[in-house]
Amino acid sequence: MLSEEIKTAHEIYRDDEAQKHMSAGAKLDVRQLSAFYAKKQALYDIDLPIRANQVTAMIGPSGCGKSTLIRCMNRMHELIPDAKVTGQILLDGSDIYGPSLDPVEVRRRIGMVFQKPNPFPNMSIIDNVVAGLRLKGIRNKSTLEDVAKKSLQRVNLWEEVKDDLKKSGAGISGGQQQRLCIARAIAIEPEVLLMDEPCSALDPIATGKIEELIAELKTQYTVVIVTHNMQQASRVADYTAFMYLGKLVEYDKTDTIFENPREQLTERYVTGKFG
Amino acid sequence: MKSGRFIMDRVLVSLTFVCVIIAIIPLASILYFVSIRGISAMNLDFFTKLPPTPLQTSGGGMGDAIQGTLLLVSLAACIGIPFGIFTGVYVSEYGHNFFGRTVRFLGDVLVGNPSIVVGVLALVLVVFPLHGYNLAAGVFALAVIMIPVISIATAEALKLVPNSIREASVALGVRRWRTVLLVVANAKSAVATGVLLAIARVMGETAPLLLTVGTSYLWFSGLREPIASLPWYIFSWSTQPYAYWQELAWGAAFILIVMIMGINIAVRIVTRGKRISA
Repeated sequence: MLSEEIKTAHEIYRDDEAQKHMSAGAKLDVRQLSAFYAKKQALYDIDLPIRANQVTAMIGPSGCGKSTLIRCMNRMHELIPDAKVTGQILLDGSDIYGPSLDPVEVRRRIGMVFQKPNPFPNMSIIDNVVAGLRLKGIRNKSTLEDVAKKSLQRVNLWEEVKDDLKKSGAGISGGQQQRLCIARAIAIEPEVLLMDEPCSALDPIATGKIEELIAELKTQYTVVIVTHNMQQASRVADYTAFMYLGKLVEYDKTDTIFENPREQLTERYVTGKFG
Repeated sequence: MKSGRFIMDRVLVSLTFVCVIIAIIPLASILYFVSIRGISAMNLDFFTKLPPTPLQTSGGGMGDAIQGTLLLVSLAACIGIPFGIFTGVYVSEYGHNFFGRTVRFLGDVLVGNPSIVVGVLALVLVVFPLHGYNLAAGVFALAVIMIPVISIATAEALKLVPNSIREASVALGVRRWRTVLLVVANAKSAVATGVLLAIARVMGETAPLLLTVGTSYLWFSGLREPIASLPWYIFSWSTQPYAYWQELAWGAAFILIVMIMGINIAVRIVTRGKRISA
């Protein structure tokens, strides 16, 4: 069984000085994280320090827990009935599951883009972009318009929609909708941007645009992206985490993961021998 | 030679058509006769005057009953709409627990509850304590009938809003209650439909009114006083041996049907071309 070969990252790094070194510069530091759906455990003792202003990809076969892990990072996992999380995730050193941080505040600082583009269908394009600000209570019209324009420019969508800002957000193409959702996420100026398979519903051209955008966004944000597409991980990510059966098998620079992984399991996955 | 399957197909399609015709006959004849006989009772007095005496053969009207029905329904709506919508929001957005499921189940039971039973409830809880038929008891009964209808329609409407909308909102750091408002806004035409259909339903309710509001032959004179209503006059006057009262009862039926049809047309307009997209 493959599962027997898996050691958790924690076991691998337990006596390793590298672990301390890796945690040192982490923007988002996942520590001993386990997640459950009712009685079923989906994640086992994950340790994953995510670096500031880098793109970190999480890869692994379906059901390995990568989406669960990314949803733990902005406290979305717990919204599922009977779901539970143990362990810590430190955002700049303070635990997002700790009593001092409000989940609502956590989600403002850690934005999320979903697998399927999900603009609010009853709102115009511009209202979608500023939805987060408006629902937070900001009403000043010129502020909202400024933020909308900047956010749409940031995701390279402004030129395409500037004449249709009042039209429904659900009326543009899938790729445009996904960039609209990214604009909506960055309009509230998060520090971290989580992307859960953001291109899986898109065609190759739209995917290319999103990937370019991810590279631009990392200058300002820390990006975590879940993908089932290994080529995508190798194209966009600085660091890659390989997960299997709810455990973190290996986490390193993307080049190392794809060219010289330390675990045999990782090598077999990235070379397409299973998964 | 046609194949057996072809013949079977034609037979069954014809059968469905025949059934539709048979089902439509009573509905169409109600509309036809009520319109023919009701329209002849229409004139300005019908809307503005109090009822005639039994022996009058002209004049008088049903102004009190029209006023009474509109008052009953609008006051009942003022109570039934907020309670119904809030209950529906609770069941759909917060009620993922034993209590929520129980409320939902009770709602389903109450929708099918005979309205006369609600009338008896109002009789005991409102009519007896106030020592006599009164408008408030009728409002109470109609509101009780409306609440489960509206709450189930609301809960179903909100369940049709895709979860991705809730997730998108929550992930933006939007508070739970604002997220719920956003979900309701996404379902507003479906919720409005439920509300209008509930209003149409109670507008024609007769049984609970028989036990609660009595009748007055007078204009509105207070919440604690009896009041006339269209269903009551239809019930009472259609069985009287006075031709002119019978004629006015046809008129009352016509007006009631027109009001209810108007609400149904409003529903069509509210929902026209609208569908919740994923």
